[in-house]
Amino acid sequence: MHELSICQSLLNQVSNLAAEHNASAVENIYLQVGPLSGVEPELLQSVFPFASANTVAEQAKLIISSMPIRVHCRTCSGESEATINRLVCGLCGDWHTELIAGDELLLERVEMRTDH
Amino acid sequence: MCDTCGCNITPGNKHLIQANGKLATTESGAAAVDVLTSLLSENDHQAMHNRDHFDKHQVLALNLMSSPGSGKTALLESTIDALKDEFNIAVIEGDLETENDAERIRAKGVTAIQITTGSACHLDAHMVHDALHHLNLAPLDIVFIENVGNLVCPASFDLGHHYNITLLSVTEGDDKPAKYPVMFRATDLMLLSKSDLLAVLDDFDPAKAEHYLRQLANAAPVIPLSAKTGDGLALWIDWLRKQIKQHKHRLASGERITPDIQSDGQHYHSGNHDNKLTPHHHAHDHNHEHVKL
Ligand SMILES: Nc1nc2c(ncn2[C@@H]2O[C@H](COP(=O)(O)OP(=O)(O)O)[C@@H](O)[C@H]2O)c(=O)[nH]1
Ligand SMILES: [Mg+2]
Ligand SMILES: [Zn+2]
Ligand SMILES: [Zn+2]
Ligand SMILES: [Zn+2]
Repeated sequence: MHELSICQSLLNQVSNLAAEHNASAVENIYLQVGPLSGVEPELLQSVFPFASANTVAEQAKLIISSMPIRVHCRTCSGESEATINRLVCGLCGDWHTELIAGDELLLERVEMRTDH
Repeated sequence: MCDTCGCNITPGNKHLIQANGKLATTESGAAAVDVLTSLLSENDHQAMHNRDHFDKHQVLALNLMSSPGSGKTALLESTIDALKDEFNIAVIEGDLETENDAERIRAKGVTAIQITTGSACHLDAHMVHDALHHLNLAPLDIVFIENVGNLVCPASFDLGHHYNITLLSVTEGDDKPAKYPVMFRATDLMLLSKSDLLAVLDDFDPAKAEHYLRQLANAAPVIPLSAKTGDGLALWIDWLRKQIKQHKHRLASGERITPDIQSDGQHYHSGNHDNKLTPHHHAHDHNHEHVKL
């Protein structure tokens, strides 16, 4: 399960930000985790309390959003929605597509309490 | 680490990052910082650094991934037999399934560095960097990294290699690409291993495996081969020869490549690193010793 190591990496980033802004506690952490990111949002949520214990983010809420998978077709230049294991063009059916959304694995926003 | 290299700073979020830039304030009075960095940025930076090491010595680095027991080590043994008079080869051994994978490689007369990861389910760029400390890259042409046998976790971690190779043995299902799309979407070459067993297995259809791979919008070549009989091995060896040559050419003309393991979507959203050609230059201050050239 690699979600734990990803969670630790997330907490490093968040702790650095908190220190940079002299925050006393982190309240909310917003992530974008796409269906093709290779990371399970539920697993991330379940390891977060363990990974964040005794850190500035131990009270923080993890808010994970996800965008639908979208592809751009190199054959017909159209854009369409796709599914995790069928990334073909929804318009012409060709598989020569590029992913334009759905594999995000981003720390989007951190909300924290500062005492100044 | 290079927290200040600015590679996650985009025109859109620049103002937030510069010198304690203006912070938005939420309704509850908390400070809010918009970040937009990859959750894997620590690993990705280490990976770029590893790639700098490989590229500096014109070494092609390949990441071998598969389920446990799909034949990665056996393939490496046959590959070494076929290429060791032609190229200087080393192996970074990260598969924990069997203790003696590194020994099997050394028995072929090739340097093998064993990564001891405890119970990790994937290799990451830091582990590979540690291994690089024990490897003299200067005389090498190619480094194979045998990843942990797992079709899920390794898919997320750039190791600093150049290409992903995924083995799918014919004793597994031909629908594996559909079941593990993150891994197979990112592969640069799919090897259908243990092809000698195709004769006795009637439920694995190589055409179907390829179909599922194309459904992931992946144009990677597909080579059925057997480390046991040597069937199909020539195609794989030719592919390797071509890649080693191309890699040296590319570097000579100042071109760099990164594997598809990193997200494509992010580049659209945040205008980050170019995924294909990444002339990502930043100084890396070493407070550690590397193998002397
Ligand atoms: N029939 C057949 N068996 C193979 C072949 N390659 C590997 N094996 C067997 O598959 C098992 C696992 O091989 P190994 O190379 O250790 O797999 P790894 O875990 O991916 O490194 C061993 O028992 C090998 O003998 C092959 O080409 N044909
Ligand atoms: Mg092995
Ligand atoms: Zn189309
Ligand atoms: Zn950087
Ligand atoms: Zn280094």
